[in-house]
Amino acid sequence: MYEIVSKKKINEQVEMMEIKAPFVARRCEPGQFVILRVTETGERIPLTIADYDREKETVSIIYQVVGKTTQMLSGMEAGESLLDFVGPLGKASDLKPHKRVLGIGGGVGAAPLYPQIKKLHEMGVAVDMILGGRSAEYVILEDMFKEVSDNVYFATNDGSKGIQGFVTDVLKTLLVEGNTYDEVIAIGPLIMMKAVVEITKPLGIKTAVSLNPIMIDGTGMCGGCRVTVGGETKFACVDGPDFDGFQVDFDECMLRQTFYKEKEAHACRLDQQKPE
Amino acid sequence: MANMSLHKVKMKEVDPVVRSGNFEEVAMGYTLEEAMEEATRCLQCKHKPCVSGCPVNVRIPEFIEALAAGDIETAYQVLTSENKLPAICGRVCPQEKQCEERCVRAIKGEPVGVGRLERFVADYYMEHFNGKQEKATTNGIKVAVVGSGPASITCAGELAAKGYEVTMFEALHELGGVLVYGIPEFRLPKDLVKKEIQKVLDLGVQVHKNVIVGKSITVEDLVEDGFKSIFIGSGAGLPRFMNIEGENLNGVYSANEFLTRVNLMKAYQFPYTNTPVNAGDKVAVVGGGNVAMDAARTAKRLGASEVHIVYRRSEEELPARLEEVHHAKEEGILFDLLTNPVSIQGENGHVAGMTCIRMKLGEPDESGRRSPVEDPGSEFSMPMDTVVIAIGQTPNPLIKNTTVGLSVNRKGCIVVDEESMETSLENVYAGGDVVTGAATVILAMGAGKKAAEAIHAKLTQQTQE
Repeated sequence: MYEIVSKKKINEQVEMMEIKAPFVARRCEPGQFVILRVTETGERIPLTIADYDREKETVSIIYQVVGKTTQMLSGMEAGESLLDFVGPLGKASDLKPHKRVLGIGGGVGAAPLYPQIKKLHEMGVAVDMILGGRSAEYVILEDMFKEVSDNVYFATNDGSKGIQGFVTDVLKTLLVEGNTYDEVIAIGPLIMMKAVVEITKPLGIKTAVSLNPIMIDGTGMCGGCRVTVGGETKFACVDGPDFDGFQVDFDECMLRQTFYKEKEAHACRLDQQKPE
Repeated sequence: MANMSLHKVKMKEVDPVVRSGNFEEVAMGYTLEEAMEEATRCLQCKHKPCVSGCPVNVRIPEFIEALAAGDIETAYQVLTSENKLPAICGRVCPQEKQCEERCVRAIKGEPVGVGRLERFVADYYMEHFNGKQEKATTNGIKVAVVGSGPASITCAGELAAKGYEVTMFEALHELGGVLVYGIPEFRLPKDLVKKEIQKVLDLGVQVHKNVIVGKSITVEDLVEDGFKSIFIGSGAGLPRFMNIEGENLNGVYSANEFLTRVNLMKAYQFPYTNTPVNAGDKVAVVGGGNVAMDAARTAKRLGASEVHIVYRRSEEELPARLEEVHHAKEEGILFDLLTNPVSIQGENGHVAGMTCIRMKLGEPDESGRRSPVEDPGSEFSMPMDTVVIAIGQTPNPLIKNTTVGLSVNRKGCIVVDEESMETSLENVYAGGDVVTGAATVILAMGAGKKAAEAIHAKLTQQTQE
């Protein structure tokens, strides 16, 4: 069992938990993820590691409440325990000692980006950040990013924070203004990462993305998370989750993500019907 | 007086129509009377050919003799002195290629139903005796076992019985490896697997679930942590795909994914359980081994109206257990033999059909097997909404990639000394599918047992020095 050491609400839909998990905390690196299961009848879901503390033997996860399992997580409090919590999984991000990097985090995608940016900052890399969300309250971890970045820019759909528009609009402006970056690291919804790559690829600005396909075991034994990268099939759980954005077949990823939509919605509806 | 019937005592099975609608065990097992009757078919041969056909050398005539006399407790002790998982082996071993193949009674008529009797004794004992196992006195020597499949469980059990302090590391949240995620309930009930494994753990094995050796901890860490010997029984869990067009469409599963969702995550109970599976209505399972049979029969139970086994060789070469092929046919699985997929077609990102080509068997190759060759121009397409790929697995490279100096062959299998099961690293042993590639439960158990003996011999020698 894995104790929830602390829990914090970040906004209406996004929460953060610090979990006691000695094996994961001992070895995890930025870019890696965990798979957890809440109860005996629960499913296994992947979540990227948002932070870790080797001394306290804890790992932080940030999740958006989008379906059955994240609802269950949301119903738990500090002091309670998760049934299963396994990791670290996936490859650590290949963080290079660049001069200057641009991080782009869309919505809850900012969470997995944070440990990478923090590490880059520690390596002495200059970092700019673009954070985006539907509205101001969906822009997360602002203060944490400010501590490890030179500039933090914002974009919201309704203009309640930063510019009104998308993170890609900020990206375009930064590039037009003559900012140069050795690498862009973009994490967020597939459609956002695809849009970022559509801008950076013609300009040849190396772009890393982090994929979050459907997973079960997370150890490479099933291929449920397979993605096409550079024309080859890769398993995101062992070959990723970070990939070269220029090589990823985003359209295929988006189709594969919808495969269980109907069943997922069904499970949530049933849950809402249950008497209290 | 021996029972001279040419046939095994019949074992009751659930009716094919009823059973293809649920996940209950198909073969119902013997009653005490039936088991004792079958046991008297054994001639108690002096030269015991059956024993040499068993990869763990169960003293077959001896346990059957006790069973024939109605002494189940003795039968069980004899059985488990060589085999730690009899209730499982009795169900999943391909006896027709092992013990029963060498049975003298098979020369004329059917062999003695060794597997059924083994299963009976194990089940009966579990139900009626349930004696707690005595823990051995500890010798203070720490041994690590990687994985919790048949090879690792056997190795751990043998060593714990000798007094070693055994710690088992498992990546998943349940113990048992393929016994829990691969082989379906209707062939091997999971609560039975749990009980059988628990008996081994009761010998004094410590367990860490959710720990992936190669990620959460490395082999090197284990050595540093004071483990004097390490046994790697991590299996062959990496699925092979065909690399044909359309393989990443929605509706294409590896058999591992399909079976893991259904068996380990119990997706057949969705939404009571939270893991979904989309089994589809017209399902093609590519391959001819036990995994393919399991996937096909599972798809049927999930409600598919049409399930095909698509296999590139002929019936004779089907590697699956005879009984499973028979059961699959009874349940209405269609066999498209000498047929091989060439591409999968999609509609809106989802499988809509599969194009196959007919095959012919060519001349025998060096191994004596006739390899299939394509029959040009014979392509045809089948409407499908689900394709399950069951063409084999190879070892997961995680341990290999994180262990300096560990030799593997070109297939990624760990190379071991055949006598001692020791790898290229001293005091690191391996056995089961990670060495042989995907094989059988009982061969993995045999390897685990052999390694345990070698570990014991070497550690005894090392502590005396």
